[in-house]
Amino acid sequence: MKANTQKIKPAKQTKKSLQNIDSYTHLRGESIYVDDVNVRQGTLHAVVFDSNCAHGKIKSVDYSKALALDGVVRILTATDVTGENQIGGIIPDEPLFAEDEVHFWGQPIALIVAESISIAKKARKLIVAEFEELPVITTAKQAKEKGSFINAPRSFNLGDVATAFEKCEHVFEGETFSNGQEHLYIEAQGAYVEPLENGNFRIVSSTQGPTQVQRIAARVLGIPMHKIEVDVTRLGGGFGGKEDQATPWAVMAALAAQILNQSVKLILDRHDDLRMTGKRHPYETTYKIGLSKDLKIQAFEIELLQNSGAAADLSPAIAERTLFHATNSYYVPNVKSTVYSCKTNLPPNTAFRGFGGPQGMFVIESAIARAASELGVLNTTIQEANLLKENDEFSYGQIAQKVEIQNSWNTAKDKFELEKAQKEVAVFNENSTTVKKGIAVMPITFGISFTNTQMNHARALVHIYQDGSIGVSTAAVEMGQGVNTKLLQIAVDSFSVENHRVKIESTNTTRVANTSPSAASATADLNGKALLMACDSLLFRLKNIVADEYEVDIKSVSLRDEFVYIDNKKSTITWEDLIFKAMALRVALTENAHYATPVIHFDKTKEKGHPFAYHVYGTAIVTTTVDCLRGTYEFDSVKIIHDFGKSMNLGIDLGQVEGGLIQGIGWMTMEEISYAPNGRLLSNALSTYKVPDVYSVPKEVEVHPLETPGNDMAVLKSKAVGEPPLMYGIGAYFAIQNAIKAFNPKYKMKFHAPMTPEKVLMGLYQK
Amino acid sequence: MIEFILNERHIRTDAKSGMTLLDFIRYEKRLTGTKIGCREGDCAACTALVGTINANGVIAYQSITTCISPLGNAHGKHIVTIEGVNLKNELNVAQEAMKLNYATQCGFCTPGFVLSLTGFAFSGKQNTEENIIAAISGNICRCTGYKSIQRAAMDIATKLDALELDNKIPWLVEHNFIPSYFIEISERLQKINPKEKKDTGAFVVSGGTDMYVQRADSLVEENISLVCDLEYLKGIQLTDDKIVIGANTTVTEFASHEIIQNIFPNLKKHIALVSSEPIRNMASFGGNLVNASPIGDMTIFFLALNSSITLQSEKGTREILLKDFYKGYKTYDLQERELITAISFDALSGFKFNFEKVCKRMYLDIASVNSAISVTVDNDKITSAHVAMGGVAPIPKYLEQTSAFLRGKTICAELISLSVEKLQEEIAPISDVRGTEDYKRLLARQLFVAHFIELFPSKLNLKDCLAYES
Repeated sequence: MKANTQKIKPAKQTKKSLQNIDSYTHLRGESIYVDDVNVRQGTLHAVVFDSNCAHGKIKSVDYSKALALDGVVRILTATDVTGENQIGGIIPDEPLFAEDEVHFWGQPIALIVAESISIAKKARKLIVAEFEELPVITTAKQAKEKGSFINAPRSFNLGDVATAFEKCEHVFEGETFSNGQEHLYIEAQGAYVEPLENGNFRIVSSTQGPTQVQRIAARVLGIPMHKIEVDVTRLGGGFGGKEDQATPWAVMAALAAQILNQSVKLILDRHDDLRMTGKRHPYETTYKIGLSKDLKIQAFEIELLQNSGAAADLSPAIAERTLFHATNSYYVPNVKSTVYSCKTNLPPNTAFRGFGGPQGMFVIESAIARAASELGVLNTTIQEANLLKENDEFSYGQIAQKVEIQNSWNTAKDKFELEKAQKEVAVFNENSTTVKKGIAVMPITFGISFTNTQMNHARALVHIYQDGSIGVSTAAVEMGQGVNTKLLQIAVDSFSVENHRVKIESTNTTRVANTSPSAASATADLNGKALLMACDSLLFRLKNIVADEYEVDIKSVSLRDEFVYIDNKKSTITWEDLIFKAMALRVALTENAHYATPVIHFDKTKEKGHPFAYHVYGTAIVTTTVDCLRGTYEFDSVKIIHDFGKSMNLGIDLGQVEGGLIQGIGWMTMEEISYAPNGRLLSNALSTYKVPDVYSVPKEVEVHPLETPGNDMAVLKSKAVGEPPLMYGIGAYFAIQNAIKAFNPKYKMKFHAPMTPEKVLMGLYQK
Repeated sequence: MIEFILNERHIRTDAKSGMTLLDFIRYEKRLTGTKIGCREGDCAACTALVGTINANGVIAYQSITTCISPLGNAHGKHIVTIEGVNLKNELNVAQEAMKLNYATQCGFCTPGFVLSLTGFAFSGKQNTEENIIAAISGNICRCTGYKSIQRAAMDIATKLDALELDNKIPWLVEHNFIPSYFIEISERLQKINPKEKKDTGAFVVSGGTDMYVQRADSLVEENISLVCDLEYLKGIQLTDDKIVIGANTTVTEFASHEIIQNIFPNLKKHIALVSSEPIRNMASFGGNLVNASPIGDMTIFFLALNSSITLQSEKGTREILLKDFYKGYKTYDLQERELITAISFDALSGFKFNFEKVCKRMYLDIASVNSAISVTVDNDKITSAHVAMGGVAPIPKYLEQTSAFLRGKTICAELISLSVEKLQEEIAPISDVRGTEDYKRLLARQLFVAHFIELFPSKLNLKDCLAYES
C-alpha cells in the first residue's frame, strides 16, 4: 500500500522545539480534567434548574415533586445563599440564583443536589415554574431603542471627524453585523468541591480565573478568601468562555458543599452549557468612512451596539477593546468611535478569543470593502495605502512603535506573489461559469496587555528541592495554549538543567494568590517574566555559593548543562552537588517573584494613554472557491506572515496560529448563533451549531514567521500569540464576498457575518 | 447478563442494556480517558473501537461514539478505549506521530483522535490521505485547527505502507501500534456465548444513533430490545434483479458492499455527506426510516429509488412502497409491534443516480435541503424518473408530480426549468434554524438543477437551465 498523495507538508521548522509537555498523558488519556478527579465517597451530584422564560417575574416555583423523589438531597435557591447572592465581577448586577425576576432563558434559579446525576436530572423535570412574562429584547438595536444599557457609552476621539468628512473626496456610510460565537470548549463547564475542616473548602474548577472563583465563592459563601483553595490542573479548552463564566458553577457547588457538609460535583452537560452560558458578543454597527482622492482614509466614524446580554459580565472591558481595534492596522487621522453595551435578555455575553477586537476589525474591513467596491478598486489597494507607520497615533493616544505591519504586508505580498494570485483568480473567474474564486487579504494589529492596566501582573513561586528537582507555580492556567511548556522552557534554560528536573505545578490560589485570569494573550508574558525573575534570584544565590567557596567573582560563575562553570571552564560540581551545598549552607531554595508590566497606563476620563506593552502584527492571504450552483465554498489556501517576535517555541506558536485562524474562519462562515424572538436559543446542540471539522479547514495553511528584532516587553522577545491569529479568519468573509461579486454583478454587498451557505446562495442569485 | 471484553479485561455485568457504553466505561469502570463532549455523537471525544468476530472467525475493528451506543450492543464484542491501546511505558505509533506534530493542545479530544486513527490502522484500507482523513471525519477539535492532526495522520499512514493485510493484528503489535494482548482477543471472544435470551424491552433499538440523541434519559434505565445483532435482519442480497437490504444493515456495510458500489458509481462521494464514520458504523437503515426525519439522508436516498419496505409482525408480513409509509410529521404506517425488516429496490433498469446535500457545514451536518434522483433515459428521453427531497415538507418528500412530469420528456434546459416550477408547487418548506423558506426554495431549485448537470454534463449547463426562468 502506498500513500498516493502527499499534499500535507510536514512543518519541518517545528521539529526542533519542545513538544507540549502534556503530550504523553494527553495522548494516553491519562490527563486529569475536572470530571476525572477521584471524588470522595458520598459525593453528591448537582444539576442546575434554569429559567425557560427570557424575561419575567417569577410567580411560583413548585419543588415539591422533585423533593419527594428518592435520592434528592436538597434543592438550593437564592434564599439559601449564606453570603451575598451576587456574582458580578465588574458590576454587581448578576445574582447567582434568580430572585424575583428572570432576565434570560437559561438563567439559574435553583440547584438540585442528589445522589446521582440521573436522579438530579429526573428531579429537574418535576419542577414547575410559572412566570409573568415581560417584554423580551434579543437584539442590541431593540435595547438601544428602549434605552436598555449596561453602563454609559464609551467614545474614543482623534482629530476632528466632522471637518475631515467635509474635505473628503469619497464618503460612504453603511451597516454591519457580526454574530456571536459559541466557545465550544470540548470540556464543558464544571467544578468539584470538597469541604475541609474548620469551614474551609477546596474547589477544583475548570476555570481560567482561579482567583475570580475564589473571590466570588468567598462572597457568596460569606467567608474570607483564605478559607477557599482553588486548584486548576488544566482545562479542556477555554477560549475566554471560562474566564468569568466558570465561576457560577464552582460557586454553586461550593455553596452546596457548605450547606450539606458533603463534597459536591457539578458538571454541565452540553445542552445546559450551550443554553446557560454567554458567548462572543454580536455587534450591530453603523459606519461612515471618508477617503481622500489618493485613497487615504481621512475620517472614520462608527457607532457600535454591543449585545451584552442580561448582565455586565466582562462586557464593558470587551466594548473598550472593540474601540482599541476599531481601526485595525490602519492609520486614520480623524476617528470617532462610540460603543454602547446594550442590555438584552440573552445569557450575559462574555470573553472570547480576541475580546471584542475581532468585532471592531470586521467593521473597518467592511467599510474598506464597500469603498473599494464603489470606487472600482481592489480592497487591497485601499488597505495597502493606509497601513500604520512608525510613530502614527492610535485613536487612544498610544504612539505606534516598532511597527511591523508594512513589513508583514510586503513580505506576504512578495513571498506569496499576491498580485500574480489576484490576476490568476481574475482569469479563472473569466473562464469559469459555475465555480468562482475569491481572494482577500487580512492584516492584523493587535494590542497586548490587559486593557485594564491594574490586571497586568503575575507571580511565580519556585522551589528547588534538595534532590535538585524543581517545582514551579505561577498564575498561568494551562488550557491547551502550551503555557506550561513555555514556563518549563524558561526554568530549564535559566538553570540549564534537563527537562525532567522541572515540574509545572497546578495553578493554585494558596501557592499563587491574587492572580489575574489567564487571558488577553498575556499569560506567558506575565507569568514567564515573573518566573524569570524568580529563577534569576535563585541563580544569584546559587552562584554566590560558588563564588564564595572558590573565591572568584560571581560574574565568572555560570551553570551549563547540569554543571557549574567557572571562567567558562567546566568544574566537577554538578547541579545536584550545588543544591546539596546550598542546603548545607542554609541558603533559601525557594523564591517568589512579582512582575508588573512597566510603561503601560490608560486614563479612562480622557480615553487616552498607552495601554499596550506592544502590538502583534501579521498579514494573511485567503483564497476561496465558491460552488455557484450550490452556494457552498471551500478554502483553497490561507497564507500567513506572522509576527512571533523571536518565538520561543515555534511548534506551539504555530499551533496557536492555525487553531486561531480556523476558529476565526468558523466565526465568519458556519458558526451561527440563533435565538428565537422569545429568547430561546435555537442553535442549542452540536447538531444545530456547527464548528469547523477536518474537512472545512483550508486545504493549505502556510505560516511563515516574520523576521523582526523582537520586542523586550515580550517574554524572551517571544510575542503573545493566543488571540491575534483568530482575526486572520476575517479574511474568509471578504474572500467569499469577492467570489460572489464575480458571479453576480447585481449582488448588493452586505456585511452580515457569518457568511453561511444560505447567505452565499442568496447573494449569488440576488436580483 | 452482558458479557464482553473491555480492553484486556473480561466483563460480565448485570447493568441495564440501555445504559450508554460511555457511562459504563467512565463511571462504572473508571476509564476516564473516554471523554464526554456532547452526548449526541457529534464530537467523537468518546470514541471507542469495537471488535467483532465476523462469519469467517476474523476479528474486525470499527470506531463508534460510545455516548449514543447502548451497553447491550457490546455483548460478545471487544471494546477498546484509549487505555486499551496504550503500550506499557511508551507512546504507540499513532500517539507518537500526534506528539511530534504538536497535534494535541488542550488534550480533551485527543484520545478520540488516537482511537479513530488506530481504527484506521485496523481497517486495512489503502493508506491514502483521503482514507485516513475520513477516519477522523467525526472528530471535533476546537484547538488545533486540524492541520497538525492531518500531518500526524499522514505520518501514520506512511508507517502503514508495509501493513500485512492477512496478518494485520500481529503486524500492528509488532510495529508498536497496539499492545500485544490483542493477539489473544479473537480466541477469547469466541468463548463468549451469544445472548441467551432475547431482550423484551419496550423500545426496539438497533445502532441507537437516533434514539440516544432523542431520548437517552429514558433509555438508560431500561432493558431495551436490541435488534442490532439479529442475523435475519442483516445482509444485502441481489435476487431477481432486486436488491434486498436487511433493516439492520449499517450505512458502512451498505457503502462497502461490492454489488452496491457497482450500482452507484459515485457512492463514496454521496455517503461521505452522510453523518460521520463512527455514526455510519452504527446507524441502521431501519432506524433511519422509522426516525422519519423529514431530512433523513438515507431516507431520501431510498425514496428516489422508489424502494419498498417489508414490515413484519406476529400477524404476518406486508410490503409497501416507502413513499407510502410516511403520513405526516413523524407519523407513519407502522402497526403495533411491527418491525421494518428489509428495504428493497429495483436494480435492473440501468438508472442514473445522484444525491445532493447542502448544509451549514458540508460534512457531519443535517441538511438544509437534500435530494436524490434516479432516472432512466433512452436516447435523451426520460423513461422513468424518481425524485425525492428532504427539508421541504413535514415528511421526507417523494416528489410525485415532478417525477411524473419528467417521464416521457426529452432532456433539455427548458424541461429542467419547467420541472422546477412543478417542484416549487409541490414543496412547502418552512423557515427554521436550517434556513429560511426563501433559501430552501432557492436551494431546492439549485439541487434539482445540480442533479441534471451532474448526470448529463454534456447536455446541460447552469446558465441554460436558469435562462428560462420567468
